[in-house]
Amino acid sequence: MTNNPISLNVNGIDYQLDPIPGETLADLLRKRLKLTGTKIGCNEAECGACTVILDGDPVLSCSYPAERANGKHITTIEGLAKKVNDEAKLHPLQEAFVKHGAVQCGFCIPGQIMTSYALLQRTNQPTPAEIRHALKDTLCRCAGYPTIENAILSAAKSLQTGEPVSEPQVPPSSVDSQVIGKIQIRPDAIEKVTGEAIYTDDLTFDGMLFAAVHRAGVPSAFVKTLNVDKARQLPGVVSVLTWQDIPGEHNHGLVIYDWPVMVGVGERVRYVGDAIAIVAAETQEIARAAADLVEVTYDLQPVITNAVQARQPESQSLHANGNLLKHIKVRKGNPVEGFADSDIVLEHTFHTPSTDHLFIEPECSVAVPLADGRMEVYVGSQIPYQDREQVARALGWPEERVRIVGQLMGGGFGGKEDIAGQIHAALLANVTGRPVKLLFDRHESLIVHPKRHATQINVKLGAKKDGTLVAAKTELYGDTGAYASLGEKVLTRATTHSAGPYKIKHVHADCYAMYTNNPPAGAFRGFGVLQSAFAFETMMDMLAEKLDMDRVELRRMNALRVGDETSTGQIMRESAGLVECIDKVEAELLRSSGLSKTELFKPRRVPGAEHLIRAWGFASAFKNTGLGGGADDTSGAEVELYDDGSLQVRSAAAELGQGLVTIMQMMVAEEFSLPSKRVRVLVMDTDLTPNGGPTTASRQTYVTGNASRLAAQTLRNAITAVMAEKYDQAPEKIHFSEQGVHVNGHVIPLGQVAAEMRAAGHAPRALYEYHAPATKPLGQGGDMHVAFSFASQAAEIEINSLTGEVRVLRVISANDVGRAINPLGLHGQVEGGVVMGVGHALLENFITKDGYVVTDRMSRYRIPSIMHTPEITSIVVEDPTKDGPYGAKGVGEIVCIPTPPAITNAIYNATGVRLDRLPVDQEQILQAMRAMQPAG
Amino acid sequence: MSLWKEYLRPTTVQDAVLALASAPDPSCAIAGGTDLMLDLQQGHHPPVHTLVDLTNIPEMRILEVRGDELIIGAGLPHNQIVASPLVQQNAQALVEACGLIGGPQVRNMATLGGNVAHALPAADGTIGLMSLNAQAEIASPDGRRRVPLREIFVGPGKSSLDAKREILVSFAIPLRKEHQASAFCRIMRAQGIALPILNLAVWLERQNGLVTDAHVAVGPAGPVPFRASQTETCLLGKPINDQTISAAQETLLAEATFRTSPARATAEYRRQLVVVLLKNALNTAWERAA
Repeated sequence: MTNNPISLNVNGIDYQLDPIPGETLADLLRKRLKLTGTKIGCNEAECGACTVILDGDPVLSCSYPAERANGKHITTIEGLAKKVNDEAKLHPLQEAFVKHGAVQCGFCIPGQIMTSYALLQRTNQPTPAEIRHALKDTLCRCAGYPTIENAILSAAKSLQTGEPVSEPQVPPSSVDSQVIGKIQIRPDAIEKVTGEAIYTDDLTFDGMLFAAVHRAGVPSAFVKTLNVDKARQLPGVVSVLTWQDIPGEHNHGLVIYDWPVMVGVGERVRYVGDAIAIVAAETQEIARAAADLVEVTYDLQPVITNAVQARQPESQSLHANGNLLKHIKVRKGNPVEGFADSDIVLEHTFHTPSTDHLFIEPECSVAVPLADGRMEVYVGSQIPYQDREQVARALGWPEERVRIVGQLMGGGFGGKEDIAGQIHAALLANVTGRPVKLLFDRHESLIVHPKRHATQINVKLGAKKDGTLVAAKTELYGDTGAYASLGEKVLTRATTHSAGPYKIKHVHADCYAMYTNNPPAGAFRGFGVLQSAFAFETMMDMLAEKLDMDRVELRRMNALRVGDETSTGQIMRESAGLVECIDKVEAELLRSSGLSKTELFKPRRVPGAEHLIRAWGFASAFKNTGLGGGADDTSGAEVELYDDGSLQVRSAAAELGQGLVTIMQMMVAEEFSLPSKRVRVLVMDTDLTPNGGPTTASRQTYVTGNASRLAAQTLRNAITAVMAEKYDQAPEKIHFSEQGVHVNGHVIPLGQVAAEMRAAGHAPRALYEYHAPATKPLGQGGDMHVAFSFASQAAEIEINSLTGEVRVLRVISANDVGRAINPLGLHGQVEGGVVMGVGHALLENFITKDGYVVTDRMSRYRIPSIMHTPEITSIVVEDPTKDGPYGAKGVGEIVCIPTPPAITNAIYNATGVRLDRLPVDQEQILQAMRAMQPAG
Repeated sequence: MSLWKEYLRPTTVQDAVLALASAPDPSCAIAGGTDLMLDLQQGHHPPVHTLVDLTNIPEMRILEVRGDELIIGAGLPHNQIVASPLVQQNAQALVEACGLIGGPQVRNMATLGGNVAHALPAADGTIGLMSLNAQAEIASPDGRRRVPLREIFVGPGKSSLDAKREILVSFAIPLRKEHQASAFCRIMRAQGIALPILNLAVWLERQNGLVTDAHVAVGPAGPVPFRASQTETCLLGKPINDQTISAAQETLLAEATFRTSPARATAEYRRQLVVVLLKNALNTAWERAA
């Protein structure tokens, strides 16, 4: 019973391994057997990504002592596909996940597949209820839960019948062409279901060191003394660096350089996650222990805990220019006049909390110093070129000396736009001359990276008796935390969208973007609009009730249409599909519920369970596509033809799971009339791919889509010109097909075309830098954005009137996306957006107390699981925009924005309890319901 | 710096208690480890010298009828308890409680013994066992002892077990006779910490349309898992109907103490919920006992 070797069988192979004290099964698999398909998402037995099958049962390998695995049979994701004639034959589950589009960022997928594999071992005819029960604790933040469920059902059927897995059912696109609008398999799907996909933490380099960061742990203070002697003396420590060891700029940031790389003696600590010292050591454990040995004393300062407090004159200034990052103003018409002109004026104040992206893959950077003096940084980042700039600035180098090598990302949602460990890893690699990996654990990830802005939003709304909106005045306080990050941009979007997607003559909006001692707030899917839409869409329902009007009609009559002017003075010239979204959701609601128009939003008791009350709620929203506001919205893409007849498209836009690589592949394939598998995609490498700009603002389908499409057209035109010359035919008579270039009776295969291009003195590649149409800064009127996406949603909830518990049963979601380029990817966005919206309505709340993070583990910050997932009906509305590729505009954010108010409006409709604060608190609802009941 | 140095895998209870007693301090036993591993990894538990693994001991994984008792090994993971026809037949409240703990992967590891040993006042498995009048068998180097389950709990997170010398071997539950039945229910919160706001289990005997015996366990309603003895008495000799339920609800509210847990529930909310849970559990158990 003593420390004997561990004998275990993994994927059919027997191993005998010496025990390593303290080792988990996940470490044994990942580090010793190099089976990196098993992922670590939380390391606290919450997320399920590390699930492996052990003697037939799914278990969490991150909290399983390796020595306990003695004598056990283990199957990992790498063990599912069978080699047949030297070729990997996917298990039907893997095949179904690929085919149905259940794979997005892919990081949770090994866990999802292993958990469902165990289920299918027990029963070959699982019911949806059994699937949900089995996957309850295997979290997917892309949240394609309905598709995952369908994929499992499809795989089960295939296993029973021996037939191939069925085709997915998703709303089709109106585009009728060879590739665009057709169902496509993601280019990275297969590696993501076999466990071969490599994410940053899966990388190892010879001589690699491990880094750890000593963080302040206090929210507001000046550093008095700092002593790293004990940390340096710990055996195994190679380097300990402080603020004095930064060769270049001491601050980083995306817009404003206000975020210290490390806080030095005499300098101000502004939040608990501020870095004080960084360590590189031979092992992760030593690095962590050394970071804990760093000794710091602080002169504690008062803590600013919210945006309203930050604006009080007596509050200490956290930055040189005070606590006001920006006062953002929207001015249209004269609301004083407008309110005087209104028959009814309502006013209410709303609160939304900070929330965390909770991508399942925590942040990881590996910096690798090269012999020629350059530095490579391997990282999953949403803005590779800005990583390069920021790393180079801190090193004091020209940007070209740094290469960002983007890796597959296990989700981003806006949370991987800022610097996490990139600079720290590079500083340590530079000093030690060795590769350095800096991996955040979940605790560090929750504390350090920027969150969603907590807001307080006051809305005053005036309308005529017939429902015509006349005036709106909004006042927003946004908590941007310790550093600016993208705070100004996010809160600008919150402000410009704060009077909803409606035509209103008089609109004034004022937003105070405030620094506080909370963790920084930055980009997060919805980008401020999720917050202001919750406030305004609740007001719209309150107004409808006061006016005794149909809430759907109220929205329809005021909806922005072509010819209308937005709050910022932009005339909608085209592509305004809101009315169609409203109409289609209402029609589907009437059709599927069987209710009449007057009953539609009334409470309904469940027969046989009278304490359960159901009701529908409704909300609409809009969201800009692209950076707008006068920014140069640019993306570059390069397309190259190879001798094997394949093409590669390259851009440093980021693939976070959302499916940009599929979009790029499809657009290039379309332009060359090829099946998409003939096009390879390379993204996120600053040496090899042109700058695609930040992956934010629902912009990449539009800008990098256009860049890819136009680069492909440029190359095709160049080829046509060369072929026309060589084969003596008019260019317009030359055409492309899967077989090659058709010219003057010949069919020249594309591989040969590459050679002929070179022979003619032309490189077979083309670079295109796409600039989106110019926009105007806020305050100047005109086009602030190139396009807007629109959406309406209806949500049906069920509330238990005895306990206050709320469930979301169904969501109907209509989104005007311009054009559906990739229906499968679009469907994934719709499902994931709704589920994230459900999370924001019912579950998610990033809590700080006096600047300290309360929700500092995944066990305290809950995100939706498959159990929280409603039935989702997606309706695709296509009102094309002129400059979008094939008419497409953004979809990544709009899909989640109407969900929270649709849910809270439904709760009101069921109970009469008006909620003005997210997330919904079941206890609060129950108390309010009881308070409304007549006494006795 | 590692979380443990030695990892022992004894195969008998005797070896396990001896190993535990002779291991250098600090050392401890590990069953499912779903809590202990996290405590070690997150620094809530200091690193140990030796972990004594209890999951390879056949006696701790038995599930069998002995005489008029059902014996459930303390080292059995929850999923095996849930799936067992014997437990389903004799202890519905325990099946329902164990089926709700954690997620499927955790239930494949976490043991009933671990659930009890943590001595939390609202542990689902514990509340289920409490309603079933379970007894626990405890082994030490000096031998075995058997105690009513409730005697194990001393305070929140504190048990009377000597962690250095004693381990929970198994639980014994009286076999269910005709007209006896049990039920368990609980309420969670959507946000934040995954601990029940409230859970409650009922066991009762129904003879000739009347309750002839009853057990009611509630958590958290005090520092230790709570048996509502006055509520139990109040049910005796009555049929389960609205009037009885109403009286039982009042009695329970009078005898149980609920407190406010930040970010989980106020005492007031718990008082509102406990009457709902009591009603549901009484009705379910009553129907099952028909």
